Amino acid sequence: MDRMLGRKRYIAVFILPALLVFVLFTIAPLIVTGIYSLFEYDGIGTMKFLGLKNYIDLFTTDKHFLTAIVNSFILAGASIFIQLPISFFLASILARGVKGEKFFRTIYFIPVVISSMVIGQLWMKIFNSQYGLLNTIIRWFGDPEFEFSWLATPSTAFFTTVIPAVWQYVGYHMLIFYAGIKSIPPDYLEAARIDGASKRQITTKIMIPLLAPVIKICLLFSLTGSFRAFDLIYVITGGGPNHASEVPGTLLYNNLFRRGLYGYGSAQAFFIVIECLLFSFVIRRLFKKAEENASAV
Amino acid sequence: MRLKNIKKKALFVLLLLIAVVQLFPLYWLITYSLKSNGEIFGDNVLGLPRDWRWINYKTALSGSGIIRYFLNSIFYSVVTVVVAGTISAMAAYAIARMKWKLKHFVYGIFTIGIMIPAQAALLPLFQLLDKLGLKGGYLGLLIPYISFAIPMAILILTGFYKSIPKELEEAAYIDGCGIFRCFSTIMLPIIKPALATASIFTFLGTWNELMFANTLVDSQKYRTLPVGIMSFSGQYSTDWGLIGAAMFLATLPTILIYFILSNQIQESLVAGAVKG
Repeated sequence: MDRMLGRKRYIAVFILPALLVFVLFTIAPLIVTGIYSLFEYDGIGTMKFLGLKNYIDLFTTDKHFLTAIVNSFILAGASIFIQLPISFFLASILARGVKGEKFFRTIYFIPVVISSMVIGQLWMKIFNSQYGLLNTIIRWFGDPEFEFSWLATPSTAFFTTVIPAVWQYVGYHMLIFYAGIKSIPPDYLEAARIDGASKRQITTKIMIPLLAPVIKICLLFSLTGSFRAFDLIYVITGGGPNHASEVPGTLLYNNLFRRGLYGYGSAQAFFIVIECLLFSFVIRRLFKKAEENASAV
Repeated sequence: MRLKNIKKKALFVLLLLIAVVQLFPLYWLITYSLKSNGEIFGDNVLGLPRDWRWINYKTALSGSGIIRYFLNSIFYSVVTVVVAGTISAMAAYAIARMKWKLKHFVYGIFTIGIMIPAQAALLPLFQLLDKLGLKGGYLGLLIPYISFAIPMAILILTGFYKSIPKELEEAAYIDGCGIFRCFSTIMLPIIKPALATASIFTFLGTWNELMFANTLVDSQKYRTLPVGIMSFSGQYSTDWGLIGAAMFLATLPTILIYFILSNQIQESLVAGAVKG
């Protein structure tokens, strides 16, 4: 068997189709983006080598990019400090076994399967200044003349994208947490209960440490998902008004495909790549220790 | 005891409230897709339609190209699921079971694919597909979809292969079974649950994808449903009922598939995530 599974020809036949497609159409373009980011290039003329100038410009002369970075961190913060705790709370209730456990689990996940385009259009209509649901409700209970343009006001525009983003993926993280909690052997919790541990102690001292791998996955998904956010914001505000709700994804998309700034846009794109890889690395490192501790329990 | 009961009831009500919040936009979409602007903008914002306007669906389906986009989206999704599933199942087998030096390195390359933003590959991909003469056709969108579906599928499948005991294959190989026959007749049936999971993720990702479809396809002939509906809603921006009907048509397949396979999705997501 070992001889069969070690034969080079077979290995090549099995691995190469996927590897070639992936390297040619994902990894290679990524590297080319990295190369473009060092040049001034409009796609037609000659490429002028700039070194790291594009990256320096990102942080010194580009106001919009700083807004975009701040926004993506707000999104990440909302995801980690609002969405994940809600998801965890729901998962821990459902995993404990309540009436309708399966029903709730199924319902909470539904927004995840709906396309961002539809979710975006729906929330746009909720926030619509004249006929939107939010303003209609405010008119019922408060000022009957109330009108406010949530989408066109710079200070509120970005939050009209954060709310649906947090809302849409609550069910996704809930399910991952749920799965993690269910995989904890019940004897552990039982033993702790018999030893007189309180519910709170069981959660913080036993459940959360044992859930370290699951928490890691959720953090990774939330963080990288926030850094590369695009669809919802593109649909709801398109980065506006006046670039107030821009995230790096929407900004670079405009630079690349509307303004033809191939070099500069590529620098913005490659910055997100570095950001994602760096944060993934840091999270993995941080959790390595936590997981070792958990396995010692 | 009574206090505990009250607490339990309060918790249940809370869960119910959250369920309403999660379902509400879908409910709203369905009801307003059947209303006239008069009702949506007037006095019947939240209730069931008074006058059920099925004509919204008829109008959305006729003459707007929605049917064509719908069929295109099905085609893109099915081909992506089948091709990405097949080559990922093979690659994951090579990574999980075969003996070669670079397998950890290659696995590492695939896992990078899960973290990187698709935007960062978009421009060179655009140029590459253009040079190959594929941009603007079916292949010009299928290839990126397949390529970007591979990492997640490999991650799910590799984890699953590793959880299968080796004895089964061992017996087969000793009996003189060739590697291709062993893979297709013994391994493929065993990995069915993991393959189903990977397929669901691939399907959802492809069916709902917006950026590639918006950038790599110009002609209406090859357009996908999300892009089609986005331009449709720009065109009829004042007729909410009509747009709602088109959006519900785009949502229906994913909701149906989700309800049919929800057990599978939940179990597999769980299995995949816990191993991470």
